[in-house]
Amino acid sequence: MSQVTAPKNSPKNSPKNNPKNNWGADLFALLKRHEVSFLPFVPDAGHADLIALAQADNDMQPVVLTTEEEGVALASGHWLGGKKSVLLMQSSGVGNTVNMLSMLSNCRFPFVTLVTMRGEFGEFNSWQVPMGRATADVLSAMGLSVHIVTEEDKLIKTIDAALYAAYSSDQQVAVLLSQQLVGRKEW
Amino acid sequence: MLQRREVVSKLNHHRGDALMVTGLGSSSYDLHAAGDDNRNFYLWGAMGGAAMTGLGVAMAQPDKQVIVLTGDGEMLMGIGALATIGVQQPNNLSIIVLDNGHYGETGMQASHTQFGVDLPGIASASGLPVAMSVTNEAELDRLIEAITAQQQGKGGAIFASVKVEAASPERSLPIVDGVEIKNRFRRTLGLQPL
Repeated sequence: MSQVTAPKNSPKNSPKNNPKNNWGADLFALLKRHEVSFLPFVPDAGHADLIALAQADNDMQPVVLTTEEEGVALASGHWLGGKKSVLLMQSSGVGNTVNMLSMLSNCRFPFVTLVTMRGEFGEFNSWQVPMGRATADVLSAMGLSVHIVTEEDKLIKTIDAALYAAYSSDQQVAVLLSQQLVGRKEW
Repeated sequence: MLQRREVVSKLNHHRGDALMVTGLGSSSYDLHAAGDDNRNFYLWGAMGGAAMTGLGVAMAQPDKQVIVLTGDGEMLMGIGALATIGVQQPNNLSIIVLDNGHYGETGMQASHTQFGVDLPGIASASGLPVAMSVTNEAELDRLIEAITAQQQGKGGAIFASVKVEAASPERSLPIVDGVEIKNRFRRTLGLQPL
Protein backbone atom coordinates (compact mmCIF):
# COMPACT_ATOMS: atom_id res chain seq x y z
CA MET A 1 0.00 0.00 0.00
CA SER A 2 1.49 3.30 -1.02
CA GLN A 3 1.74 6.06 1.52
CA VAL A 4 1.77 9.77 0.78
CA THR A 5 4.28 11.61 2.92
CA ALA A 6 4.07 15.34 3.35
CA PRO A 7 7.35 17.04 2.47
CA LYS A 8 9.59 18.11 5.32
CA ASN A 9 8.84 21.61 6.65
CA SER A 10 5.40 21.51 5.11
CA PRO A 11 2.46 22.85 7.12
CA LYS A 12 0.87 19.47 6.45
CA ASN A 13 3.10 18.03 9.13
CA SER A 14 1.65 18.40 12.60
CA PRO A 15 2.93 21.31 14.74
CA LYS A 16 5.99 20.57 16.85
CA ASN A 17 7.08 22.07 20.09
CA ASN A 18 8.94 25.24 19.36
CA PRO A 19 12.49 25.60 20.68
CA LYS A 20 12.59 26.91 24.22
CA ASN A 21 13.60 30.51 24.70
CA ASN A 22 16.63 31.32 26.81
CA TRP A 23 15.30 34.41 28.47
CA GLY A 24 12.17 33.17 30.26
CA ALA A 25 13.83 32.84 33.67
CA ASP A 26 15.63 36.21 33.39
CA LEU A 27 12.41 37.93 32.40
CA PHE A 28 10.55 36.26 35.25
CA ALA A 29 13.19 37.52 37.70
CA LEU A 30 12.93 41.02 36.23
CA LEU A 31 9.15 41.07 36.73
CA LYS A 32 9.65 40.05 40.35
CA ARG A 33 12.20 42.82 40.88
CA HIS A 34 9.62 45.31 39.59
CA GLU A 35 6.94 43.79 41.85
CA VAL A 36 4.79 42.72 38.91
CA SER A 37 2.68 39.80 40.03
CA PHE A 38 -0.26 40.01 37.64
CA LEU A 39 0.10 38.62 34.12
CA PRO A 40 -3.01 38.70 31.94
CA PHE A 41 -2.35 36.75 28.75
CA VAL A 42 -3.65 35.26 25.57
CA PRO A 43 -1.19 32.45 25.03
CA ASP A 44 1.53 32.51 22.43
CA ALA A 45 4.38 30.11 21.88
CA GLY A 46 6.87 32.94 22.44
CA HIS A 47 5.44 33.56 25.92
CA ALA A 48 5.07 29.89 26.83
CA ASP A 49 8.10 29.73 29.17
CA LEU A 50 7.07 32.82 31.08
CA ILE A 51 3.47 31.65 31.42
CA ALA A 52 4.65 28.24 32.68
CA LEU A 53 6.93 29.88 35.26
CA ALA A 54 4.10 32.15 36.41
CA GLN A 55 1.70 29.24 36.71
CA ALA A 56 4.18 27.39 38.91
CA ASP A 57 4.74 30.37 41.25
CA ASN A 58 2.37 30.99 44.15
CA ASP A 59 3.03 34.73 44.17
CA MET A 60 2.24 35.25 40.49
CA GLN A 61 -1.27 35.55 39.10
CA PRO A 62 -1.40 34.56 35.44
CA VAL A 63 -4.89 35.35 34.10
CA VAL A 64 -6.02 33.65 30.93
CA LEU A 65 -8.16 35.93 28.73
CA THR A 66 -10.62 35.19 25.96
CA THR A 67 -9.41 38.20 23.97
CA GLU A 68 -6.63 40.73 24.39
CA GLU A 69 -8.74 43.83 25.03
CA GLU A 70 -9.86 42.18 28.25
CA GLY A 71 -6.26 42.48 29.38
CA VAL A 72 -6.14 46.23 28.78
CA ALA A 73 -9.22 46.78 30.96
CA LEU A 74 -7.98 44.26 33.53
CA ALA A 75 -4.57 45.93 33.84
CA SER A 76 -6.29 49.32 34.16
CA GLY A 77 -8.55 48.04 36.93
CA HIS A 78 -5.61 46.42 38.66
CA TRP A 79 -3.79 49.74 38.78
CA LEU A 80 -6.96 51.41 40.11
CA GLY A 81 -6.55 48.90 42.92
CA GLY A 82 -2.85 49.73 43.30
CA LYS A 83 -1.15 46.77 41.62
CA LYS A 84 1.14 46.40 38.61
CA SER A 85 0.51 44.19 35.57
CA VAL A 86 2.16 43.16 32.34
CA LEU A 87 -0.07 42.05 29.44
CA LEU A 88 1.30 39.22 27.29
CA MET A 89 -0.02 38.84 23.77
CA GLN A 90 0.81 38.12 20.17
CA SER A 91 0.89 40.74 17.40
CA SER A 92 -2.43 39.53 15.98
CA GLY A 93 -4.02 40.33 19.35
CA VAL A 94 -2.95 43.95 19.17
CA GLY A 95 -5.66 44.42 16.57
CA ASN A 96 -8.23 43.26 19.10
CA THR A 97 -7.19 45.85 21.67
CA VAL A 98 -7.45 49.08 19.70
CA ASN A 99 -10.49 50.84 21.16
CA MET A 100 -9.76 49.57 24.67
CA LEU A 101 -6.33 51.23 24.48
CA SER A 102 -8.19 54.57 24.63
CA MET A 103 -8.58 53.94 28.37
CA LEU A 104 -4.85 54.23 28.80
CA SER A 105 -4.45 57.69 27.33
CA ASN A 106 -7.71 59.03 28.74
CA CYS A 107 -6.87 57.99 32.28
CA ARG A 108 -3.09 57.97 31.88
CA PHE A 109 -2.86 54.43 33.22
CA PRO A 110 0.66 53.02 33.45
CA PHE A 111 0.81 50.08 31.06
CA VAL A 112 3.33 47.58 29.76
CA THR A 113 2.64 44.93 27.16
CA LEU A 114 5.05 42.36 25.74
CA VAL A 115 4.06 41.46 22.20
CA THR A 116 5.55 38.46 20.43
CA MET A 117 5.61 39.11 16.71
CA ARG A 118 4.20 37.10 13.86
CA GLY A 119 4.06 38.03 10.19
CA GLU A 120 7.16 40.10 10.46
CA PHE A 121 10.33 38.06 9.73
CA GLY A 122 10.44 34.67 8.07
CA GLU A 123 6.71 34.05 8.47
CA PHE A 124 5.32 30.96 6.74
CA ASN A 125 1.64 31.88 7.23
CA SER A 126 0.67 34.86 5.10
CA TRP A 127 -2.51 35.37 7.13
CA GLN A 128 -0.32 36.66 9.95
CA VAL A 129 1.35 39.27 7.78
CA PRO A 130 -1.16 42.17 7.59
CA MET A 131 -1.50 42.51 11.37
CA GLY A 132 2.21 41.88 11.90
CA ARG A 133 2.99 44.73 9.51
CA ALA A 134 0.52 47.06 11.26
CA THR A 135 1.34 46.21 14.89
CA ALA A 136 3.83 48.98 15.71
CA ASP A 137 1.86 51.64 13.82
CA VAL A 138 -1.40 50.70 15.52
CA LEU A 139 0.14 50.90 18.97
CA SER A 140 1.85 54.21 18.16
CA ALA A 141 -1.36 55.63 16.74
CA MET A 142 -3.08 54.84 20.04
CA GLY A 143 -0.40 56.73 21.96
CA LEU A 144 1.92 53.99 23.21
CA SER A 145 5.69 54.14 23.06
CA VAL A 146 6.92 51.17 21.03
CA HIS A 147 10.26 49.43 21.44
CA ILE A 148 11.21 46.66 19.03
CA VAL A 149 13.70 44.08 20.29
CA THR A 150 15.54 42.02 17.68
CA GLU A 151 18.52 40.81 19.74
CA GLU A 152 18.46 38.80 22.93
CA ASP A 153 21.05 40.92 24.75
CA LYS A 154 18.74 43.97 24.50
CA LEU A 155 15.63 42.21 25.77
CA ILE A 156 15.90 42.49 29.53
CA LYS A 157 17.30 46.02 29.36
CA THR A 158 14.40 47.17 27.18
CA ILE A 159 11.69 45.58 29.31
CA ASP A 160 13.36 46.98 32.43
CA ALA A 161 13.18 50.46 30.86
CA ALA A 162 9.54 49.92 29.88
CA LEU A 163 8.55 48.91 33.41
CA TYR A 164 10.47 51.80 34.90
CA ALA A 165 8.87 54.35 32.55
CA ALA A 166 5.38 52.98 33.12
CA TYR A 167 5.46 52.66 36.87
CA SER A 168 7.52 55.74 37.69
CA SER A 169 5.63 58.17 35.45
CA ASP A 170 2.35 56.74 34.12
CA GLN A 171 3.64 55.91 30.64
CA GLN A 172 2.24 53.33 28.22
CA VAL A 173 4.85 51.14 26.60
CA ALA A 174 4.75 48.19 24.21
CA VAL A 175 7.81 45.98 23.75
CA LEU A 176 7.67 44.00 20.52
CA LEU A 177 9.66 40.77 20.53
CA SER A 178 10.74 40.28 16.93
CA GLN A 179 10.58 36.93 15.20
CA GLN A 180 14.34 37.37 14.84
CA LEU A 181 14.41 36.84 18.60
CA VAL A 182 11.49 34.51 19.19
CA GLY A 183 12.42 32.28 16.28
CA ARG A 184 10.46 30.94 13.40
CA LYS A 185 7.42 28.86 14.22
CA GLU A 186 8.46 25.31 13.34
CA TRP A 187 6.06 22.89 11.72
CA MET B 1 -41.50 47.25 35.48
CA LEU B 2 -38.44 48.32 37.40
CA GLN B 3 -37.09 51.83 36.75
CA ARG B 4 -33.33 52.06 36.27
CA ARG B 5 -32.80 55.16 38.42
CA GLU B 6 -34.75 53.65 41.31
CA VAL B 7 -32.85 50.37 41.03
CA VAL B 8 -29.46 52.09 41.01
CA SER B 9 -30.45 54.42 43.84
CA LYS B 10 -31.40 51.41 45.96
CA LEU B 11 -28.22 49.49 45.07
CA ASN B 12 -26.13 52.57 45.85
CA HIS B 13 -27.90 52.97 49.17
CA HIS B 14 -26.94 49.41 50.11
CA ARG B 15 -23.40 49.44 48.70
CA GLY B 16 -21.69 49.69 52.06
CA ASP B 17 -17.96 50.09 51.42
CA ALA B 18 -18.12 48.75 47.88
CA LEU B 19 -16.07 50.21 45.06
CA MET B 20 -18.09 50.64 41.87
CA VAL B 21 -17.23 50.62 38.16
CA THR B 22 -19.80 51.72 35.60
CA GLY B 23 -20.05 51.02 31.88
CA LEU B 24 -20.33 53.89 29.44
CA GLY B 25 -23.63 55.65 28.87
CA SER B 26 -26.72 55.33 30.99
CA SER B 27 -25.15 53.19 33.72
CA SER B 28 -22.64 55.95 34.43
CA TYR B 29 -25.41 58.58 34.45
CA ASP B 30 -27.57 56.43 36.74
CA LEU B 31 -24.88 56.00 39.37
CA HIS B 32 -23.94 59.67 39.18
CA ALA B 33 -27.61 60.58 39.65
CA ALA B 34 -27.74 58.34 42.72
CA GLY B 35 -24.89 60.34 44.24
CA ASP B 36 -21.39 61.12 43.06
CA ASP B 37 -18.74 59.33 45.08
CA ASN B 38 -14.95 59.13 44.79
CA ARG B 39 -15.27 55.35 44.98
CA ASN B 40 -17.06 55.36 41.60
CA PHE B 41 -15.00 54.74 38.48
CA TYR B 42 -17.13 55.94 35.58
CA LEU B 43 -16.26 54.76 32.09
CA TRP B 44 -17.11 57.17 29.29
CA GLY B 45 -15.82 54.89 26.55
CA ALA B 46 -13.89 51.61 26.25
CA MET B 47 -17.15 49.79 25.54
CA GLY B 48 -17.00 46.19 26.70
CA GLY B 49 -14.40 46.91 29.37
CA ALA B 50 -16.48 47.46 32.51
CA ALA B 51 -16.54 43.88 33.82
CA MET B 52 -12.81 43.37 33.29
CA THR B 53 -11.98 46.71 34.89
CA GLY B 54 -14.00 45.55 37.88
CA LEU B 55 -12.21 42.20 37.94
CA GLY B 56 -8.86 44.00 37.92
CA VAL B 57 -9.87 46.07 40.94
CA ALA B 58 -11.35 43.05 42.71
CA MET B 59 -8.17 41.00 42.30
CA ALA B 60 -5.97 43.91 43.45
CA GLN B 61 -8.20 44.59 46.48
CA PRO B 62 -9.43 41.20 47.66
CA ASP B 63 -10.69 42.66 50.96
CA LYS B 64 -12.98 45.17 49.22
CA GLN B 65 -16.25 44.47 47.52
CA VAL B 66 -16.45 45.57 43.89
CA ILE B 67 -19.70 46.15 42.01
CA VAL B 68 -19.79 46.63 38.24
CA LEU B 69 -22.88 48.35 36.92
CA THR B 70 -23.36 48.27 33.19
CA GLY B 71 -25.85 47.89 30.35
CA ASP B 72 -26.81 44.89 28.24
CA GLY B 73 -25.08 46.26 25.12
CA GLU B 74 -21.85 46.94 27.01
CA MET B 75 -21.90 43.50 28.62
CA LEU B 76 -22.54 41.80 25.28
CA MET B 77 -19.55 43.55 23.69
CA GLY B 78 -17.26 42.11 26.36
CA ILE B 79 -19.17 38.86 26.90
CA GLY B 80 -15.96 36.81 27.06
CA ALA B 81 -15.26 38.56 30.37
CA LEU B 82 -17.78 36.24 32.01
CA ALA B 83 -15.65 33.25 31.00
CA THR B 84 -12.53 34.94 32.37
CA ILE B 85 -14.33 35.78 35.63
CA GLY B 86 -15.58 32.19 35.81
CA VAL B 87 -11.98 30.99 35.74
CA GLN B 88 -10.80 33.44 38.42
CA GLN B 89 -13.79 33.01 40.78
CA PRO B 90 -13.37 36.33 42.62
CA ASN B 91 -15.47 36.20 45.79
CA ASN B 92 -15.71 39.99 46.04
CA LEU B 93 -17.13 40.88 42.61
CA SER B 94 -20.69 41.53 41.44
CA ILE B 95 -21.63 42.25 37.84
CA ILE B 96 -25.01 43.92 37.60
CA VAL B 97 -26.45 44.49 34.13
CA LEU B 98 -29.24 47.03 33.76
CA ASP B 99 -30.97 45.24 30.90
CA ASN B 100 -33.40 47.44 28.98
CA GLY B 101 -33.01 45.36 25.83
CA HIS B 102 -31.79 48.35 23.85
CA TYR B 103 -28.76 50.34 22.79
CA GLY B 104 -29.95 53.47 24.56
CA GLU B 105 -27.21 55.89 23.55
CA THR B 106 -27.58 55.40 19.84
CA GLY B 107 -31.31 55.52 19.13
CA MET B 108 -32.80 52.66 21.13
CA GLN B 109 -32.04 49.87 18.67
CA ALA B 110 -33.02 46.44 19.98
CA SER B 111 -30.21 44.44 21.61
CA HIS B 112 -29.73 40.67 21.64
CA THR B 113 -31.46 40.23 24.99
CA GLN B 114 -34.79 41.11 23.33
CA PHE B 115 -34.34 38.09 21.10
CA GLY B 116 -33.86 35.64 23.92
CA VAL B 117 -30.12 35.83 24.59
CA ASP B 118 -29.94 34.85 28.24
CA LEU B 119 -27.23 36.75 30.08
CA PRO B 120 -27.66 35.03 33.47
CA GLY B 121 -27.59 31.72 31.57
CA ILE B 122 -24.24 32.65 30.02
CA ALA B 123 -22.92 33.77 33.42
CA SER B 124 -24.08 30.56 35.07
CA ALA B 125 -22.61 28.41 32.31
CA SER B 126 -19.35 30.33 32.72
CA GLY B 127 -19.19 29.19 36.34
CA LEU B 128 -20.35 32.25 38.28
CA PRO B 129 -21.89 30.77 41.42
CA VAL B 130 -24.72 33.30 41.71
CA ALA B 131 -26.50 34.23 38.49
CA MET B 132 -29.96 35.73 38.70
CA SER B 133 -32.57 37.53 36.69
CA VAL B 134 -34.24 40.40 38.53
CA THR B 135 -37.65 41.56 37.30
CA ASN B 136 -39.39 42.98 40.38
CA GLU B 137 -38.80 44.56 43.80
CA ALA B 138 -38.75 41.24 45.65
CA GLU B 139 -36.04 39.90 43.34
CA LEU B 140 -34.11 43.15 43.69
CA ASP B 141 -34.19 42.65 47.45
CA ARG B 142 -32.80 39.14 46.93
CA LEU B 143 -29.94 40.58 44.89
CA ILE B 144 -29.16 43.04 47.67
CA GLU B 145 -29.25 40.16 50.16
CA ALA B 146 -26.78 38.23 47.98
CA ILE B 147 -24.44 41.24 47.86
CA THR B 148 -24.69 41.63 51.65
CA ALA B 149 -23.99 37.91 52.10
CA GLN B 150 -20.95 38.19 49.84
CA GLN B 151 -19.72 41.04 52.04
CA GLN B 152 -19.87 38.61 54.94
CA GLY B 153 -17.86 36.05 53.03
CA LYS B 154 -20.82 33.92 51.94
CA GLY B 155 -21.14 33.08 48.28
CA GLY B 156 -18.82 33.93 45.43
CA ALA B 157 -19.05 36.12 42.36
CA ILE B 158 -22.51 37.47 41.57
CA PHE B 159 -24.10 38.14 38.21
CA ALA B 160 -27.50 39.78 37.91
CA SER B 161 -29.48 40.94 34.94
CA VAL B 162 -31.97 43.54 36.15
CA LYS B 163 -34.75 44.01 33.64
CA VAL B 164 -35.55 47.72 33.51
CA GLU B 165 -37.91 49.85 31.46
CA ALA B 166 -36.47 51.19 28.21
CA ALA B 167 -36.71 54.81 29.29
CA SER B 168 -34.12 57.56 28.90
CA PRO B 169 -34.10 59.62 32.08
CA GLU B 170 -32.40 63.01 31.99
CA ARG B 171 -28.64 62.61 31.79
CA SER B 172 -26.68 63.17 34.97
CA LEU B 173 -23.12 63.61 33.83
CA PRO B 174 -20.07 62.68 35.90
CA ILE B 175 -16.75 64.38 35.25
CA VAL B 176 -15.11 63.35 31.98
CA ASP B 177 -11.45 63.75 32.94
CA GLY B 178 -10.20 60.19 33.21
CA VAL B 179 -7.05 61.11 35.13
CA GLU B 180 -9.13 62.83 37.81
CA ILE B 181 -11.60 59.92 37.97
CA LYS B 182 -8.65 57.55 38.37
CA ASN B 183 -6.80 59.60 40.97
CA ARG B 184 -9.78 60.30 43.19
CA PHE B 185 -10.77 56.62 43.09
CA ARG B 186 -7.24 55.54 44.04
CA ARG B 187 -7.05 58.09 46.86
CA THR B 188 -9.99 56.40 48.58
CA LEU B 189 -7.68 53.37 48.84
CA GLY B 190 -4.78 55.44 50.17
CA LEU B 191 -2.98 55.36 46.81
CA GLN B 192 -1.27 58.53 45.63
CA PRO B 193 -0.63 59.71 42.05
CA LEU B 194 2.85 58.93 40.73
